[in-house]
Parts: sequence; structure tokens; C-alpha cells
Amino acid sequence: MQLSVNGKSHELDLPEDMPLLWVLRDGLNITSVKYGCGIAQCGACTVHIDGAAVRSCQVALGDIWGPVTTIEALGTPDALHAIQEAWIAHQVAQCGYCQSGQIMQAADLLANNPAPSDDDIDDAMSGNLCRCGTYPRIRAAIHSAATALKET
Amino acid sequence: MGRARTIARRSFLIGSAAILGGVAFGAYIVNRPTPNPLLDDLGEGEAALTPFVKITPEGITLIVPRADVGQGIASTQAMLIAEELDIDPATATLDPGQPHPAYFNGSVSAESIPFPAWDDGRVATTVRDLMITASRLTGSQFTGGSSSTADLHETLRHAGATARETLKAAASARTGVATADLRTEDGHVILPDETRIPYTDLASDAAAIEPVTDVALRPAAEWRRLGKPYQRLDIVAKSTGTQDYGIDVVLPGMLHATVRANPGRGGAMASYSTDAALAMRGVRSVIEVNEGLAVIADNTWFAFQAADALEIDWLAPDYPASSTEMWEALSAAHIEENRNSRLRDDGDVEGTLTGAGVIEAEYRTPFLAHAALEPLSATVLVDAESVTIWTATQVPHVIRDAAAQMTGLDKAQVTLHVLPAGGSFGRRLDHDYVLQAIQISTSMPGTPIKTTWSREEDMTHDFPRPLHMARARGTVASGRVVGYDLDTISPSLLQSWFGRVFFVPPGPDVMLAWGAFDQPYAIPNYRVTGYAAPQLMPIGSWRSPGACSNSFFHEGFLSELIHAAGADPLEERLRLIDNADSRRVLDAVGEMASWSGSDIGLGRGRGIAFAHTHGVPVAEVIDVTMTDRGIRIDDVWIAADCGTVFDPVNAEAQLTGGAIFGLGHAINCELTYENHAVQQTNFDVFEGMRLHQTPRFHTRLLERAEKVRGIGEPTTAPAAPALADAIFAATGQRLREMPFNKLIDFV
Repeated sequence: MQLSVNGKSHELDLPEDMPLLWVLRDGLNITSVKYGCGIAQCGACTVHIDGAAVRSCQVALGDIWGPVTTIEALGTPDALHAIQEAWIAHQVAQCGYCQSGQIMQAADLLANNPAPSDDDIDDAMSGNLCRCGTYPRIRAAIHSAATALKET
Repeated sequence: MGRARTIARRSFLIGSAAILGGVAFGAYIVNRPTPNPLLDDLGEGEAALTPFVKITPEGITLIVPRADVGQGIASTQAMLIAEELDIDPATATLDPGQPHPAYFNGSVSAESIPFPAWDDGRVATTVRDLMITASRLTGSQFTGGSSSTADLHETLRHAGATARETLKAAASARTGVATADLRTEDGHVILPDETRIPYTDLASDAAAIEPVTDVALRPAAEWRRLGKPYQRLDIVAKSTGTQDYGIDVVLPGMLHATVRANPGRGGAMASYSTDAALAMRGVRSVIEVNEGLAVIADNTWFAFQAADALEIDWLAPDYPASSTEMWEALSAAHIEENRNSRLRDDGDVEGTLTGAGVIEAEYRTPFLAHAALEPLSATVLVDAESVTIWTATQVPHVIRDAAAQMTGLDKAQVTLHVLPAGGSFGRRLDHDYVLQAIQISTSMPGTPIKTTWSREEDMTHDFPRPLHMARARGTVASGRVVGYDLDTISPSLLQSWFGRVFFVPPGPDVMLAWGAFDQPYAIPNYRVTGYAAPQLMPIGSWRSPGACSNSFFHEGFLSELIHAAGADPLEERLRLIDNADSRRVLDAVGEMASWSGSDIGLGRGRGIAFAHTHGVPVAEVIDVTMTDRGIRIDDVWIAADCGTVFDPVNAEAQLTGGAIFGLGHAINCELTYENHAVQQTNFDVFEGMRLHQTPRFHTRLLERAEKVRGIGEPTTAPAAPALADAIFAATGQRLREMPFNKLIDFV
């Protein structure tokens, strides 16, 4: 099986029905993609396929329809994306386990809606669970990131 | 003080003495310095100036022994050391260290006594000192009870100061300049001529001299980092996907395992067949482990698939099979022979609570899962000479001891790498998942194996918050609350959890009545009695144990009495509370919310609750609106006082996160059981709060209280009763049972 992740092509000997989540985590050691529920109820495994946010636990390897990007392609500690800068400025993370998924979901939101209202944020982000309760800062960070992205 | 209270406390005191192995331990044993574990494996040119600071030519390592489960304590610990050491903590390596008595937790024991945290009397203070000594002798290294900052804030600053002064002494010996003429800055000792000697260059000199321990701590006015907004040291990693958690361990040649255990926790297996599982792709073996079977496979997905294919005939455990039966058993346990404590008994309750005017109510809270977002996992490598464990835990010393016992190796042959946790909420105060991982890896010596529980396994095999209920009676007269009698009934957490992980100490289970007996109200006739019901199923410590249920009961019924008295909910609490710190947070929250009663207009309501837990008084005010989609929570105001705040940005996160945790579970979470199996095994039916339900928060930390306390739990308990009070104000409906969404709709 061929799989493109973060611009790099991989040849994989894994079954077609294996969820992308586990292909990334155990097949490619990309552990930024988190397992939380396995049934698309928490959003911790959110990645992009063809630029759109998807729950990687629900996409079988054989069904992947485009290039996969994970948070590493969004930004790195040395080259942060504006959303990550906002996440850091607002000190969003507590345990941080859900935050890769939150950030990938927020990136999808801001790509489609550069100036989201609180209601827009509610609609886009309510599928991403945070058990620590970082929601107030997630909301603030998305507004900050939207402003920052508009200025660039 | 009532007789029962005296007896309860006396038996507790005798028990404490028994724990210590007799009260006559010598002063030498108690007072001798705890050995420094870092001295055991120092290399050439390396120095361990205290158990918390290691300096080598390559860099500085800070030992941060309290586990970070999301509360940010790794950063706070490092910052406390760094303030006195004069380094930028971002340049240091943080290491949780190996389990060792040097890292004992005294504060958590000191607040597990049958006295309220605000009782500073001679007896309570003496008992606290005794408990700290006990912890020191047993070396209990425990993260929990919102105790880390309270326990370590002086110890860590002392560690930083000791290291700094020892480095200065070493520099003085090398240069001949008096220490009084040396200063320190950013990891350097600086001579009068501005020559800068890096700490790392002084390591071998410093290792050769006696540490300078007689150092005064800097006053708060001189702090450069503490108390000011600073960036969590893990925030970049946690915003870029580069933070590795326990579940992310990757080792060369590693295999993956998972577990399928009896849905009836603790039940055995009658028979099983592994044929279908073993025939599946990537499956290496199936073995028996505690409570069930484990599959070892080439990746986690293969292991999960094969675990589903196991055919197992389970035997029933020896406790009630359904929630209905458990509630019946709990209700029936409200009898004299189960009386466990009466730690509050003021005035004449029996004489006051008579006649037709007595108000009565019953309150209930359900089982709840911890359901941290990171499912439980542990990676273990066993060979003939050693055990190496990678996992996230709050009880490292317990795991180290268990690993040695299970493998027959010496404790010194056990290496434990404590990794950050993707949440815990008390779950990682148990170590069942690590014991299974050790069993699994023992079956394949030399091969590292990562064991990961599925979400379903994590929810099915939680040690949940217990069922809890209260029966309350009260009276009012002349617009005031005059009588309050609360019976709180639950299986004992001390018996279940402590018995499983530590040992069962003698005396009452104070946790059973936390959040009730220890509230600083001076109601003239006031009694709180704890009843320890027979165990229903294994239970565990859940964020703000005991108080997370009792505060809902205690404040909820107090609201009923205040309403019956026709008094103002804030004014009557202020009148009743006999504790300056507590009155201050109530005054503050009233000012923040511009309090003028619970009526804030048609279709809306304002509620209030107060709780004193973990030594921290907290007052919360909540506004709700009835909408066509259900109740919407608009605003939450929180005032709390945990004394000096070292890490304000993170403290604010704990205030709001703790309240969201309390609110979300009160609204929509419960675990129920049928045929011994939990019926909620994933987040589709156990959600907690989501972003669209999250209100605006307004918080204030007063910093007036004398003692430093932790803030990870205290806002959880009062959140549910404040919300219930607001809903009553809006709708007239009194909620006496969680989850609230069984009774009323929410947005």
C-alpha cells in the first residue's frame, strides 16, 4: 500500500481495513496523532486528508483519498504556525493530549472561515473533547489566531 | 465535642501510632536527613547538591518528583527550584527521578486526618505533624490531594538555595574571593570583576565540598519568576504534537499488547478459547493476566482485533449485578452498625429537629468514570537482571515495589520512567494496568512490550467514583437556618482503594465525609454522620474524592433550608460561616458577580455554592438561562484562596478546568451496571462538557490565606451545587440527583 504523509510517500505492508490512526501511530511512529475513543467521539486523532479535517480512527487505509497531513506539517517548535503561536500565547494545554486534534480541527475551521464567531467555533469544535476543560482558552486562541492570520 | 467524635479521633490517633511502628521512635530516625538518591550513580565531574538538583559538565537537571497529569506541576516544581538557583528553567532538563523516600509527600497525609483543614488548634496541628513524620518514615511518594505545591514549595526553594550557595562556596574556594562578594545569575557565579563561571564548570568542585544547607529563602518581594505569568515549560511541545506521553513510547523491537478482562471487575474466568484470536494476522501469543487475558501482537490494532475475537466464559464477581441492586444495597446500609464517623456534632440536633417543621431530603450521585483522554498504558522490558517500566503514574514507589515482588528482583533492579499523563483525575493512583503490563512482558523476557487498553477496556475497568447518597434534615426559624443533620452514606474509599494500593489504616474514613463535616459553618445545631456501606464493587479516588458528592448534598440541602427561611443565599452563608478566609471568598464572588439575589429576570436564574476542600475556600456563582433547547450556562464566577500563588496562569487554568469537570459530569455523566457490566464504555454516552456548553468564566485568587495550598481540585466540588441552585432559581425545580440531564434538558 502507498501512503503519502506530510509530503513523504510510504510503502506499507498493512491490511486495507486498518484505521489510518493506527497506521500512523504504530506503522509510521507518528505519535502526535492520538488514540482517545476509536469511534469518532473525541477528535484526538484528527488529521487532514486533502486539507480537510477527518477522524483518522474512522478512515481505513484502503479508503484514503488524498495526501495525509498531521500537525508536524502545520508547524514545528522552531517554525510555529499562527494557530500554534496562539495556543502557546493563551497557554491552552493542560494535559495536552487532545490538543493536536484540537489544533488540526481549528486549522480546518480557519481555512474555511477566516473570522469565525463564537457560534461558528462551537459548531466546528464541539466534536473535539477536552477532559481537562481547556475550552475557554481554545475559544480565545482561535479568535487570536484568526486575527493573526488576517494580518499576514 | 461529642463522644462518638472523641472515639473516632482517638482510634485514629492510636492507628497513626501503629503506622509509625510505635510512638517511641528516636529523634535521630525522625530528624536525620533523607539520603540523596542522586549520589548513587554520579559520573566524573558531576554533582548532586540536593536530591533535586544535579549538575554535570553538560547541563543542569532538576528532579521534579510529583507527577504531571496535566495540572502543570512539572513546570511549577522547576520554577520553584529555579527561583533560588538563579537559572532559566527552560535551559534545564526536567526529570521525575526514581522513586525514593527523599521525595515523600507529607502534606497529603497531614490533611487526611479527622479534623477540618481550617482547624489550627493544638490537637489538629499535633496530629498533622505526626502524619508528616509517618510519611517521611514510610517514604510515600504520592501525587494527589492537591498537595504538591503545599508540600514542596519550601523544599524545592531550599533545594535551589542550597545548590546556589554550594556553587558559590565552590567558586570561592577556586578563586579565593569571599562568598559574600559573589553573586549568581542565569546559571553562573559572577565574580566582582564580572567574570562569569558557569555552574556546569563548578560541578566537580561543588561535589567535593559539604553542601551549604543553612540558607534563608528569598522573600516574595525579591522573586523574579514566581507569582508572575510565565510560560509552562511543556506548552510548546503540547502545541506541536511533540510531547510524548506514556502511550507514545516507541522502542526498538517493541511488540504491542492489549487486555480483555472480566466486565465484572474482579471476577474470574470459567473457561476460554484463544483459537480464533491466535489465527489472526500479527498475533504472537495470548496469555492469562490479572482479571483476564492479554494478546501480544505486532501492532495495537492487531491486538485490539484479536482481543475482540477471544471467547471467554466469565464468572460473576461477588457483588450486586445491577445498579438497581446496588442502590438498594446502599440505601439499606443507612443503619447504626455502619456508622463510621460523626466528626461534626454541635448544639442539640435531636432536640431541635422535631415536629412538623422539619424539612427532609434525599440526595444521590452515581458512579463516574475517570475517563482520562489517554487510555491506560504501560511499556515494560523484563530480563534476568532488571525490569524497566515506562508509564504515567501517581504512585511510583508502589509500582517499583510491586515490580520487584512480581519478578523476584531487588528494588534497585527496577527502573521506572514516569512519563506525562494525558489526564488522570485520580485514575493513576491505581496501578492495575502496570501490573498487567509486567505480567505480559514477563512472558517474553528481552522484548519490550507496550500494553494499551482500548477505550472500552478503560471505561469497563475503571475504579469509579462510588455511588453516594445523603439523607438530610433541617429546620429554620425567624429567617435563619437553625438545625442541620446530614447523614452521608457510601462504600468506603479507604477500604477499597487504599486497601488495594497501600493498606487500610485504622480509624474512620474521613474521605467519606469530606466536603460535609469539614465545612466552616457555625449552624447552632449541626451534625454530620458518615456511614460506610458494604463494598459494592472496587472504587477509586476521583477528583476531589468524597467532597465531589458531599458538597452537592451539603450545599444543595443548605440552599433548600435558606430558601425555606426566606433568606438571601449569599447573606445567610456569610452570617453562618465562622472563618475569615471563607467569608472573604464569599464577599469577593458577590462583588465580582454584582450579587443582588438569585432572581435575575424571567427565564433566568442565579445560584451560589461554597466549599472548603483541600484547605481551600471556594465560592462559585452561576447564571443560567432557559432556552428552547434547554438550560444554558451563561457565566461562572469563582473566588478562591489557596494562599500565595506561584504560577498564576496555570492556577487560573485549574480554577476553570476544575469547575468544567464538576459541571460536565453533573450534567450528563453516569456509569450504570447490568449483569455486572458497565453500560457506558465510550464518549458517545459519557461526554462531560463540550465546547458549545462552556460558559464564560470570571476568576479571582485572593492570596490572603496564610498557608499555601493546591488548586487542582477545590473548584470541582462546589460547581454542581451552584448549578443546581441556579436551575432552581430559574425553574423552581430542585435537582437532588446527578446526572441532571435525566431531569432537565441542557443546550
